[in-house]
Amino acid sequence: MAQLTMIQAITEALKTELKNDENVLVFGEDVGNNGGVFRATEGLQKEFGEDRVFDTPLAESGIGGLAIGLSLQGYRPVPEIQFFGFVFEVMDSISGQMARMRYRSGGSLNAPVTIRSPFGGGVHTPEMHADSLEGLMAASPGLKVVIPSTPYDAKGLLISAIRDNDPVIFLEHMKLYRSFRQEVPEEEYTIPLGKAEVKREGKDLTIVTYGAMVQESIKAAEQLEKEDYSVEVIDLRTIQPLDIETIIASVEKTGRAMVVQEAQKQAGIAANVVAEITDRAILSLDAPVLRVAAPDTVFPFSQAEEVWLPNAKDIVETAKKVLTF
Amino acid sequence: MAAKKSQQFDPVETLNAIEEKFEMFQILNEEGEIVNKEADPKLSDEDLQELMRRMVYTRILDQRSISLNRQGRLGFYAPTAGQEASQLASHFALEKGDFILPGYRDVPQLIWHGWPLHQAFLFSRGHFAGNQMPEGLNILPPQIIIGAQYIQAAGVALGLQKRKKDSVAITYTGEGGSSQGDFYEGINFAGAFRAPAIFIVQNNQYAISTPREVQTAAKTVAQKAVAAGIPGIFVDGMDPLAVYVATRDARERAVKGEGPSLIETFCYRYGPHTMAGDDPTRYRTSDIDSEWEKKDPLVRFRKYMEEKGLWNEEQENEVIEKAKEEIKAAIKKADGTPKQKVTDLLGIMYEEVPFHIQEQLDIYKAKESK
Repeated sequence: MAQLTMIQAITEALKTELKNDENVLVFGEDVGNNGGVFRATEGLQKEFGEDRVFDTPLAESGIGGLAIGLSLQGYRPVPEIQFFGFVFEVMDSISGQMARMRYRSGGSLNAPVTIRSPFGGGVHTPEMHADSLEGLMAASPGLKVVIPSTPYDAKGLLISAIRDNDPVIFLEHMKLYRSFRQEVPEEEYTIPLGKAEVKREGKDLTIVTYGAMVQESIKAAEQLEKEDYSVEVIDLRTIQPLDIETIIASVEKTGRAMVVQEAQKQAGIAANVVAEITDRAILSLDAPVLRVAAPDTVFPFSQAEEVWLPNAKDIVETAKKVLTF
Repeated sequence: MAAKKSQQFDPVETLNAIEEKFEMFQILNEEGEIVNKEADPKLSDEDLQELMRRMVYTRILDQRSISLNRQGRLGFYAPTAGQEASQLASHFALEKGDFILPGYRDVPQLIWHGWPLHQAFLFSRGHFAGNQMPEGLNILPPQIIIGAQYIQAAGVALGLQKRKKDSVAITYTGEGGSSQGDFYEGINFAGAFRAPAIFIVQNNQYAISTPREVQTAAKTVAQKAVAAGIPGIFVDGMDPLAVYVATRDARERAVKGEGPSLIETFCYRYGPHTMAGDDPTRYRTSDIDSEWEKKDPLVRFRKYMEEKGLWNEEQENEVIEKAKEEIKAAIKKADGTPKQKVTDLLGIMYEEVPFHIQEQLDIYKAKESK
């Protein structure tokens, strides 16, 4: 088995599906000859031809509309939005159009589009590149929203996303692209959408998280273990729809929970998870369910990034509040 | 010293030269006379009669829809009278395999492409069964977001090109829609891919109340094609023959692999923007209305047809009766469709119902069984 970075695992997944299904098309800004600004589509145009892997004019709304139109001709488009901060340009195509295709056609049409896009802080990008905007997507009924935290998951989840018959927003955290390698099987495999993974078992506290915060939460759990706290970490992997069953089973076991997200605190995924926990498991709780999130400013200029982004230390601090309540 | 003016590029002169090129294309004048013999499509008598039938039928459908709306028996409705040539003559140049991406006023083209009338009424009434497209019918439900259909048309056209089909994607918006970013992205994408698309702008002079002059400094919408590097044509949108020829030619170029075209049909809507409270007297005078009524597509085509001995009152009345009967039957069919439920909608959000929606399905099943 090869040791791959997340970006390599993503390329593998794209290659797998381009091979498996001739209806899969990969396109976007600079994804062809250049192989994408992060090289996610490296070598794909050469291998599969310009008909299947191609550059588009520079316009995100156009890319979204193109994907919808191609899906109406039976294709399975996998467009790239170069940075997810640019999503505002394509919001109508995503939330107004593809998310509603099945619904507004009374179930007679669907839009099996997978939009891939890099996001996430800690890599000193200019403005509008790093924002965590998954909450916007999760608020659109009809979409699925997937955020992998490891190379292995990235491959299996992306293959599932491409095969899914509903539109999927597949968000790739830039800091995870090359930060570590992992064994990734060469053969194809899938990881079901909508299923969380218990990354680390524990008895005293459940941390629910996703994306780059999974690593931070595991680090925090390891530190807490030194102080004899046994912490369970759940990686949501899909944030819409949520794997409520896995979350609740864990909380019923530990009796204490917190949610960690990189996004700002306001109106986020974490708030939604907290609500689900209190709705369904309040009698199992020994403490309030707290959140670790970024402050409610717009994503900071890069000099302030280190303090702004939640980290293992913040998680340990909040975890202690929950554990000692 | 500056170089002589004649040796310089003069952007103003260039613009003027381009704008002058976009003269109105007309075949049949207001009197029903062929004024452009070379361009006459020489349709067969049967085709001419069929086009006339469709225009008369659609005028009746519009009148009936307005009165049904006033009786509270239809919902959302955008009147079409005045735009019959733009809508039906452009559609007349299409084939069954062509894919229509309509705006919300483009219900007539969908009906003539095969959308069952009762489904159009269900769409108007806000019932999802209206939009359940029969297998093999190449249309989308009417688009509400202005211009969104333009970028999707580029995608459908690219798909048709990749599938090597001899078909086109055709989409419609108004002159207001031509101000949207999606308009430019749509024509530009299709142009860049040389995709078989036809972009029609029905310039009916007002975007709700905003007059055409406020939309753009461009003299015509058609000239916007130049920037995208695609052919554009400025057509008398009240002239069915000119609209037909412009669309037929655009279609021919598209299926030959020569890429998309932009067609501006210069026309008028007699009615309000929609039946939801728009009052046209706030933004236009009855003088303007009567100026346009003189150009009416049905009036001029009827004159032309009668002159040729292809149309008479009896034929006209036959179409009117048929339209009324079919509308009545379609309304009856729409009335017989069971009321839409929240559970119907919850069930079609995703291919497989996820956990959280299943819970809500159970709640609404109980509510709706009470």
